[in-house]
Amino acid sequence: MSAASPEAVDVKVAARRDRLCVRFLRSRRAVLGSVFLLVIGLGAVCAGVIAPADPEAVDVNYRLQPPRGAALSFGKFLLGGDQLGRDILSRIVYGARISLTVGVTAVLLSGSLGLLFGLLAGYYGGRADEVIMRLADIQLAIPTILLAIALVGVLGPSLRNLILVLGMTGWVIYARTIRGVVLSLREQQFIEAARALGSGDGRTLFRYILPNVWTPAIVVASQQVGFMIILESALSFLGLGVQPPTPTWGGMIADGRGYLATAWHVTTFPGLALMATVLAINFFGDGLRDVLDPRLRV
Amino acid sequence: MIRYIIRRLALSLLVLFGVSVVVFGLIHLAPGDPARLMLYDTAPEEEVQAMRKTLGLDQPLYLQYWLFLSNALRGDLGQSLYYKQSALRIILEHLPATAELTFAALIVSLVVAVPMGILSAVRRDTVWDYAGMLLATIGQATPVFWLGLMFILLFSVQWTVLPSSGRGGIENLIMPAVTLGAPLMALVTRLVRSGMLDILGEDYIRTARAKGLPRPAVVYRHALRNMLIPLVTVIGLQLGALLGGAVITETIFAWPGVGRLVVTAITARDYPLVQATTLLVSVYFVAINLLLDVLYVYIDPRIRFA
Repeated sequence: MSAASPEAVDVKVAARRDRLCVRFLRSRRAVLGSVFLLVIGLGAVCAGVIAPADPEAVDVNYRLQPPRGAALSFGKFLLGGDQLGRDILSRIVYGARISLTVGVTAVLLSGSLGLLFGLLAGYYGGRADEVIMRLADIQLAIPTILLAIALVGVLGPSLRNLILVLGMTGWVIYARTIRGVVLSLREQQFIEAARALGSGDGRTLFRYILPNVWTPAIVVASQQVGFMIILESALSFLGLGVQPPTPTWGGMIADGRGYLATAWHVTTFPGLALMATVLAINFFGDGLRDVLDPRLRV
Repeated sequence: MIRYIIRRLALSLLVLFGVSVVVFGLIHLAPGDPARLMLYDTAPEEEVQAMRKTLGLDQPLYLQYWLFLSNALRGDLGQSLYYKQSALRIILEHLPATAELTFAALIVSLVVAVPMGILSAVRRDTVWDYAGMLLATIGQATPVFWLGLMFILLFSVQWTVLPSSGRGGIENLIMPAVTLGAPLMALVTRLVRSGMLDILGEDYIRTARAKGLPRPAVVYRHALRNMLIPLVTVIGLQLGALLGGAVITETIFAWPGVGRLVVTAITARDYPLVQATTLLVSVYFVAINLLLDVLYVYIDPRIRFA
C-alpha cells in the first residue's frame, strides 16, 4: 500500500466506482425508478414542448370531460378536463415542476442544516451535542405537518415559503444520522493520527470527517425527497401550497374533491402521478442505499 | 429507577419549554403586525389596535411570553377568536373524536402489519413475502389524502357501502382509520420483517429449534417478544406522524376532531386556537413518549438505567 503510486490509487477508486455502478444497475427496481425519474424530470423541464395544451387555458366546453376512451368519450383531452375545462394531462406535466423543485430544494436545505448540526454535535460532543439534540427533541415533539401548516399559514403560501418551511422542519433525521456516524469516526485511529500531526478542528472536520459522512447523508437525502414531495402535495391540497392557477398535484387532487361523484378522473390521475413519482424516488433511494451503505437499511 | 424517571421528566419539561417558545413565536414570524394577521387584510387601523389590546400584543415581548406561559400552566390556553370561547374547551370537545380515530388507525395498522411482517420474514422470498413488501412499498409512497379520496370513490360513490363523511358508528370509522393507518402499516410491516429476519438468525432461536420446539412457538414466544422494544419505540415516534396525518384524514372525511379544527382555524385566521392546539398535541406526544420510556423497563428487564 505504501508504495502505491497516485495512478494506482486512481485505478482503485475507478474500479470501486464501476463495481458500485454495476451493483446499482443489477437492481431492477433501482433502474426502473431512475428511468421513470428521468422521464418525469425531463417532462418537467420541457413541459412547454411536451404538454399538449396550455395548463391554465380555461374552456367551459370541456368542463369535467371524461378521459378519452372512458364513457364513450372521444374528446380533446387524453386524461379529460378538470372543473374549468383545463387539460388534466398538461396540468400533470406542469405540476411535476413544483413537486420536484420543492422536493429537491427542501431536501438540500434541510440536508445542509442537518449535516452541519450533526457534524457539530458529533464532533464537539458535550454542551453543543446536548443543545442540538434537545433542539431535535423539540422539533420532533411538534408533528411536522402541523408545524408546517401553521408556519405556512402565518408566512403566507408561496413557493419560497413552502421550501423554507419544509427545509427548516426536516433537519432532524440528518442530524441524528450524521451525529451517530461522526461519534464512531471520532474514535478511529486515522482521526487520532490526523490530530496528533497537528490537524486543527476545522481541518479535521472538513478534510477527514466530512468525506466519510457524505454517503449516509446522500442515502438519507434520497429517501427524504419522496417524503418532502408528499408533504408539499398535502399542503397544496389544503390550499397552503403554491397558489392557483399554477398547477400542483396536491391542488389538482383538491380540485377534484368536489366532483368525486361525477368526475373520478380529476382526482385520480394527479394522485397516480404523485404516487408513481414518489415510488420511483423511493426505488432509486433504496437502490442507492443498498449499493452505498446497506447498514442504513430500516 | 427513581433517578432515571426524574431525569426523563426533567428532559421532557425542557422539551415542552422549547415547544412553548416555538408556539409562542409562531405569530411573531408573520411579516408585519401579528394583530393584522388575525384580521382580514383591509381591516381598519382601529380594529387592529383593538385586536392588539385584546391579545396583549401592546406589551413587551418577554412580558407577553411570560403571560402566555403562566396562563398555559394554569390551563388557560387563550381565547379562540372564531368561537369566542376558551380554546382549551373547544379542543377538549374535539379531542374524543381524534383519540378514537388515531387509536383505531393504530390498531388497524398493527393488526395487519405485524402478522404480515412475520409472514414475510418466516416465508422469506415466497409469494407472501413479495406481496407483503409490495403492499408496504406502495403504502409508503401513497399520500394519505389521495388514498382517502380513492376509498371514498370506491366505497361511497361506486359501491355505496360506507359513508363518506362524519362520525358515528363503526361504518363511519372504517375508511378514516384505514386511511390514517396505511403509512404506519407500511412502516411496521417493513420493520417487523427486517427485525424478525435478524432475530431468526440468532443463536437462541437455533437453540429453541434444536430442542424440538414447534415452529410457531419459536416464532411467537421467542422471536416476537424480542421485536417488542423496537416496535414500541417506533410507535412512540410515529405517534407524531399519526397525529399529523389526522389533520389531513379528518379534513377529507369531515371527521369532527382536533385535526380538522386546526385546518379550519388556520383558514379563519384563528391563530390563538392554532397555538393552543399545537401546544396540546405536543404535550400529548411528549407525555406518551415519557410513558413509553418508563414502560421499556417492564417490557425488557435487561434494560438498566444509566
